[in-house]
Amino acid sequence: MLSSLADFSAELRATGVPVSMVEVLDAAAALDEVDLGDRHAVRTALAATMVKTARHRRAFDTAFDVFFGLAVAPPASPETTALAVPPVPAPAGGAGSGGDAADLVEAMVAAMRSGSRDMLLALVRIAVDRYAGSLPGRPVGGRYYLYRVMNRLDPNRLRQRLRASDDGEQVEDGAFAARLADAAAAERVEEIRAAIHDEIMRRMVADRGGEAVARTLRTPLVEDVDLMHATAEELAEIGARIAPLARRLASRLSARRNQGRRGRLDTRRTIRRSLAHGGALLDPRWKRRRITKPELVIVCDVSGSMATFARFTMQLTYAIAHQFSNVRSFAFVDGIDEVTRFFGPGIDFDEAMVRMATDAQLIRHDGHSDYGAALGAFAERFAEAVTPRSTVIVTGDARNNYRQSGVEVLAAIAARAREVHWLNPESSRYWDTGDSIMSKFSPVCNGVHEVRTLRQLERFVATIALDRTPRLRPTPLT
Amino acid sequence: MATCHKLSGLGGVGAGSGQNVAMPFADVADSAAGLRRTGYLTDDRIAQVVFLAERLGKPILAEGPAGVGKTSLAMAVAAATGQRLVRLQCYEGLDEAKALYEWNYHKQLLRIQTDEGKRWDELEGDIFTEDFLLTRPLLEAISSTEPVVLLIDEVDRVEIESEALLLEVLDSFQVTIPELGTVTATSRPFVVLTSNNTRELSEALKRRCLFLHIDYPDVQREREILLSRVDGLPERLATRIAEVVRSIRAVPLRKAPSVSESIDWARTLLALAVTEIDGAVTDDTLHVLLKYQSDIAKVRRHLDLGSAN
Repeated sequence: MLSSLADFSAELRATGVPVSMVEVLDAAAALDEVDLGDRHAVRTALAATMVKTARHRRAFDTAFDVFFGLAVAPPASPETTALAVPPVPAPAGGAGSGGDAADLVEAMVAAMRSGSRDMLLALVRIAVDRYAGSLPGRPVGGRYYLYRVMNRLDPNRLRQRLRASDDGEQVEDGAFAARLADAAAAERVEEIRAAIHDEIMRRMVADRGGEAVARTLRTPLVEDVDLMHATAEELAEIGARIAPLARRLASRLSARRNQGRRGRLDTRRTIRRSLAHGGALLDPRWKRRRITKPELVIVCDVSGSMATFARFTMQLTYAIAHQFSNVRSFAFVDGIDEVTRFFGPGIDFDEAMVRMATDAQLIRHDGHSDYGAALGAFAERFAEAVTPRSTVIVTGDARNNYRQSGVEVLAAIAARAREVHWLNPESSRYWDTGDSIMSKFSPVCNGVHEVRTLRQLERFVATIALDRTPRLRPTPLT
Repeated sequence: MATCHKLSGLGGVGAGSGQNVAMPFADVADSAAGLRRTGYLTDDRIAQVVFLAERLGKPILAEGPAGVGKTSLAMAVAAATGQRLVRLQCYEGLDEAKALYEWNYHKQLLRIQTDEGKRWDELEGDIFTEDFLLTRPLLEAISSTEPVVLLIDEVDRVEIESEALLLEVLDSFQVTIPELGTVTATSRPFVVLTSNNTRELSEALKRRCLFLHIDYPDVQREREILLSRVDGLPERLATRIAEVVRSIRAVPLRKAPSVSESIDWARTLLALAVTEIDGAVTDDTLHVLLKYQSDIAKVRRHLDLGSAN
């Protein structure tokens, strides 16, 4: 068990989940306390000790499925369950030629209705036998097998049949009850899908061994996904991660403001107060901390080449706007407009994106990025947004379609602002290739950062304002 | 200064030292049953982690959306084991004076005044004693002679720099007071930290804890919670409420309805003498479940409520 625990933690680390030595020891100690025959208990114990954020849970589950337990067939005896399911004929012909899966679907619906997990698992095995068409030894991730099986079972048909099965009392109130029944049926289809997934995984591990399968299944963690090429699913997950990050950025920028209400001892006022007690320094007075209100100005390139990244930066802007009030955001393509009003508190993000696209004047001519024109218009119309307290964040790939750079405008902005940071979603290897003019802008910025992944954004947030990180107040009178 | 002090003034002279109370939970089933007796309905994952935390002597870091019962988990553990609950509510700007201990300056100053004429070194020994110490929750939990449950609530609200305050307490269950020495716990407190995940906690903190993600309960468990919390709720209605709430939580909302909100909703429906939930009733009472107008509009669209009227 201990050696497989070591392998398992190595696999987690290879996926990018940080598992420290201490945590492996904790996991070993936890395994001492649980019944090793209980797969669920082992999973819970390992998850609690080795995975410290919900984000990494999926990677953990995948690795766990491959490493522990699944290689052993579930404890249902196939003969009895096969007998208990009369409508399923023996699999005819070779793999993938099972014809219509109606009989299986009916049997699964019956199994779900009676709540018999064992029977469902037996049916899942039959379904995989018939439709997965798996070839031994191939280094595939199993997604395709899952797709084939589900395709044959047809999720829509399953859902409809599952809905019909709890038809008992509904019908009276059409739309509303129908919605609820849909949701319940969809959940059950997911349950079946998960069971099929587990079964396929189990066979793959039995066929090729855990480590090989784990290697094929390794996918980047959400913080390492390239933002420019993220799938919709990944983007949604990234979106969920942004709010905490925005909060951290906000607290970084305004760290001083939150350091408690009390500052240092105010000698003058303390002595003044002591006169009331005959000179005893009974009632210490404290200096109030000066409250700095940081201002943030965000300027985003939202042109076509930036589409995915722009959504991401607008999400960040949106999240920051919920954290502190002094945020002004601007979006540009070849024209620029203020978009602060679309992203205020209480507004739904998707709605804000739609309204920004329709109501804001972002395009003046041809809809290709023009940093010179956009920055020029910014200086002309919104110059008052930048003050000595402002931190300006520009996001863009600096691909200017061979137009005027407008770097002198940015220099003027930088001279007035506290800081200017540039976030570029392109790999720094491609900066200054083609029409990218990153190096023109970089001398006038306080920092130019490659931000292709969430992790890099986290790093940016961690370094910004690091020099201003306050110390804890020393205990008075010591 | 290197010696370990027992803070005798803080609750009896080392009475419990070395005599830890017997394991409150014999096994996972026992911890589940114990929590259940206090009215906290666990699933087996939660029960398992509570059991492990007890056995390994590690704090639990409970994370999840607001209103799923993270704080009440600590309360339930306290109630189930019959231990006192010590609570540290975290907020922005929490410092050691509010979390660990503080010297009582007023009293110290008075003492200096009354002792005029004494030499400084005599005086110093006098004013830095536990008589002049104001204990705050962390020190209170550590110095308590009987075992306690320490709840560190909403730990994600403190700045990342102030998390360091907790580290010494969490891994060696001790507090170091420079003027006095180190106070070590005579019996390990059962520690629960909660986080709403508004920011990432530091690795150092997470490493010291068992991680427990508490999500919204499934329909079955939510139904049970509703039945146990709302008197006179018919089972059919409870099932329906749980189903509707589950369906609403699937919509991406700014603030999804929490368990306490579904309980509120159940009470509302009961007060309105509703026996059957349909579109019109839901539409009228949606504001109990949802706190933002934009969310209400979204859910209306999702459940087709507009067309019902």
